[in-house]
Amino acid sequence: MKHSTFRAAARLISAGAFAAMLAGAAAAATPKDTLVVAWAIDDIITMDPAETFEISTGEIMGNSYDRLLRYDVNDPSKLVPDLAKSWTVSEDGRTFTFELRDGAKFASGNPVTAEDAAFSLQRAVILDKTPAFILSQFGLTKDNVKDKVKATGPLTLTIETDKSYAPSFVLNCMTANVAAIVDKKLVLSKEQNGDLGYAWLKTNYAGSGPLKIREWRANEILALERNDNYYGEKSKLARVIYRHVKEAATQRLLLEKGDADVARNLTPQDLDALASNKDIKETGTPKGTVYYISLNQKNPNLAKPEVREAFKWLVDYGAIGDTLIKNIGIIHQNFLPVGLLGASTENPYKLDVDKAKALLAKAGLANGFKVTMDVRTVQPVQGIAEAVQQTAKRAGIDIEIIPGDGKQTLTKYRARSHDMYIGQWGADYWDPHTNADTFVRNPDNSDDAKSKPLAWRNAWDIPELTKKADAAALERDTEKRKAMYLDMQAEFRKTSPFVMIYQMNEVAAYRSNVVGLKIGPTSDATYMFKVSKQ
Amino acid sequence: MAHAERVQGGGRRNARLLRAADSVGRFLVVILLTYLGLLAVTFFIGRVIPIDPVLAVVGDRAPEHVIARVREEMGLNKPLWEQFFIYVQKVLQGDFGRSVLTSNPVLQDIRRAFPATIELATLGIILGAGIGVPLGVWAAVRRGGLADQLVRVMGLIGYSAPIFWLGLMGLLVFYARLGWVSGPGRIDVAYEYTLTPVTGFMLVDTAMAGEWEAFGNAFSHLILPASLLGYFSLAYISRMTRSFMLNELNQEYVTAARAKGLSEARVIWRHALRNAMVPLVTVIALSYAGLLEGSVLTETVFAWPGLGLYITNSLQNADMNAVLGGTIVVGSIFIGLNLLSDLLYRVLDPRTRATR
Repeated sequence: MKHSTFRAAARLISAGAFAAMLAGAAAAATPKDTLVVAWAIDDIITMDPAETFEISTGEIMGNSYDRLLRYDVNDPSKLVPDLAKSWTVSEDGRTFTFELRDGAKFASGNPVTAEDAAFSLQRAVILDKTPAFILSQFGLTKDNVKDKVKATGPLTLTIETDKSYAPSFVLNCMTANVAAIVDKKLVLSKEQNGDLGYAWLKTNYAGSGPLKIREWRANEILALERNDNYYGEKSKLARVIYRHVKEAATQRLLLEKGDADVARNLTPQDLDALASNKDIKETGTPKGTVYYISLNQKNPNLAKPEVREAFKWLVDYGAIGDTLIKNIGIIHQNFLPVGLLGASTENPYKLDVDKAKALLAKAGLANGFKVTMDVRTVQPVQGIAEAVQQTAKRAGIDIEIIPGDGKQTLTKYRARSHDMYIGQWGADYWDPHTNADTFVRNPDNSDDAKSKPLAWRNAWDIPELTKKADAAALERDTEKRKAMYLDMQAEFRKTSPFVMIYQMNEVAAYRSNVVGLKIGPTSDATYMFKVSKQ
Repeated sequence: MAHAERVQGGGRRNARLLRAADSVGRFLVVILLTYLGLLAVTFFIGRVIPIDPVLAVVGDRAPEHVIARVREEMGLNKPLWEQFFIYVQKVLQGDFGRSVLTSNPVLQDIRRAFPATIELATLGIILGAGIGVPLGVWAAVRRGGLADQLVRVMGLIGYSAPIFWLGLMGLLVFYARLGWVSGPGRIDVAYEYTLTPVTGFMLVDTAMAGEWEAFGNAFSHLILPASLLGYFSLAYISRMTRSFMLNELNQEYVTAARAKGLSEARVIWRHALRNAMVPLVTVIALSYAGLLEGSVLTETVFAWPGLGLYITNSLQNADMNAVLGGTIVVGSIFIGLNLLSDLLYRVLDPRTRATR
């Protein structure tokens, strides 16, 4: 009796709520010169371009700091001038000379000179934070960087590399956030105990980009403001405010109601539902992030070549593409995401249980085996893991899913103590070497190796592929370089312990009065300063 | 101290003072041990969870030499007991360290996150106790009647429906559909940069600045999540009030009061409730403490930058300075509110005074 009263009341309340939901929302409005973006920004830990390596921070840096050059967001294989108006490469391919544009100023009013550019690159190498390897991989060290990166004129900068790398490789790396140009005078005036302004810049701003960072309140808000000193076309918006909203359903409500202009973390279901709302538009771009399942080669079963291949036939790519990653991803079976030089679009695998069974029988595992998979409890990763668990079962493979928090599964993965792992990898900078470096390079497979790329984490010992990847980074003929990457991807598809699943497609939903919003292929190329509101 | 005692000479008064000092001293020792225990447990739990704290600082991509350097900088190479010793030493000097996630000193972070939670929890408990107690009394008086059933159903829903779901539904109805309240967040973006935070309490800051429009806006952001927390605590408080009241209403003094010809209202509100109030104070105080801990789910749904979200996020990243700092604050709340309800006992219950 009591129970039924309660249930009736609960039903009444939920029915009322859903009726309210169906009736739709009346719109409020944000100020016209202000763009409000609802986004999960709790990954931000610093505002210093020499240290930042997180997704949200990437976007902030792309909007607030200039660099020598950028890539063209409409054709990422092309480079366009930023603070450098032109650049040349010496005959031997080891000296890069940049001519800076005249008259550019920092937000502080200080002029941008070659001194600032040299200081910025030296600073990043000397501080040696996480992204510093993007610069130091060209032979720059704490000890030599002041000789190798120099201002040779008021507006002339030269960079000397240790080998003659593919020029596109070096130049592509100069578009990364770690190569952003900071205001030397301002930063040094805030220096404490010779820290090159590190403590100060963690929460402050010293750039010249179209928007300046006004304030960052962790887990709450990040505000950008128009920089009137910017050399190029000024931002149409006076302010861009990122509000930390973790919950997708909350983001959707804010957007529908008009209290946010853009929502960034909506689920495929939300995006589907919003498609019919005439006040809301959607835009998406394939990103440089690929999702995969990997097989640790320390596990004797997973180390068998037939088992590696069998797993690639045990994923229902079609069903995953149509449901779990609808709107947010595209099936992709290669380690280079589309958009990078030489990325292959061949996807030979599909669900074929019989083929997988035959391969398993050949490996002497006709009756299948048991194995564990570490899975972060977030979507769509969890859903994909469960789907693969189902299909693998049909070939007799019993996958036990070990759920965990992101940092927890990652800690285990990094220690190589997993069997199977489902993860993602985003390009660190816009050059194919970034992914080749981690998927097909493993210079030292021992437990105390100096570098621990993904190939190492899965104990995949590949001296031959490593050599090929090294050679491709040095190949100066772009067409030849492209062919080398295609060749590596073909071999990777066949033999690797990585079951590549999809390439991320980042989608933002925005109110229809917002104009010019385009998600960039990398996080630092989503340019809010090009957006306006009607 | 004993020496000072002798110089002043003996006497009853001094003996009593000494006893008082002794009980205060004991009390302090207990508090100190409580804190130390709290720190030790949190510290060691934080170190055994299978998350590498270095990851939160350098991310997944850092080269090995950077990881090794940061591990050393953070003192994680030292033995556990030594790390703990260093930490306690610093805390005693008032240095709670920096959060690796926000780059700020932990105390500064807490000073920012905590007012958001206090504001929410205080309004929540005022609503919860202010409505829950009368409802409970009403239910007790009409025991078995329709009123009792209604209060019971209301309480059951409040207690058993997931607060996450209630929050989303509340937003759908009152924010999206009816537009009676403002949405997630503490204040509209339009007011965000017209206001300089002084206390960190939105209502206080806006009132102090005389910005009544902003005050209204902050209030309309606050009222929905606060009502939700209020409803949640109301459910518990009304149930407890009912059972305490039933207990009192069966006592002989109630019959005596009625026989004396006192009005029923006076019997219920002045006599019975007064007695039921004593255990009820603890219930309310503990509910309040529970809300002050920060309701992670409510804070998530309402994008409310409070303490619960701060501690949870820190824990998931093994940001131990932040977790420890937050734990100390939460621990202090429980200790403080326990003390306060003990003191209130003495005000409410003359017997506890007489025994002293």
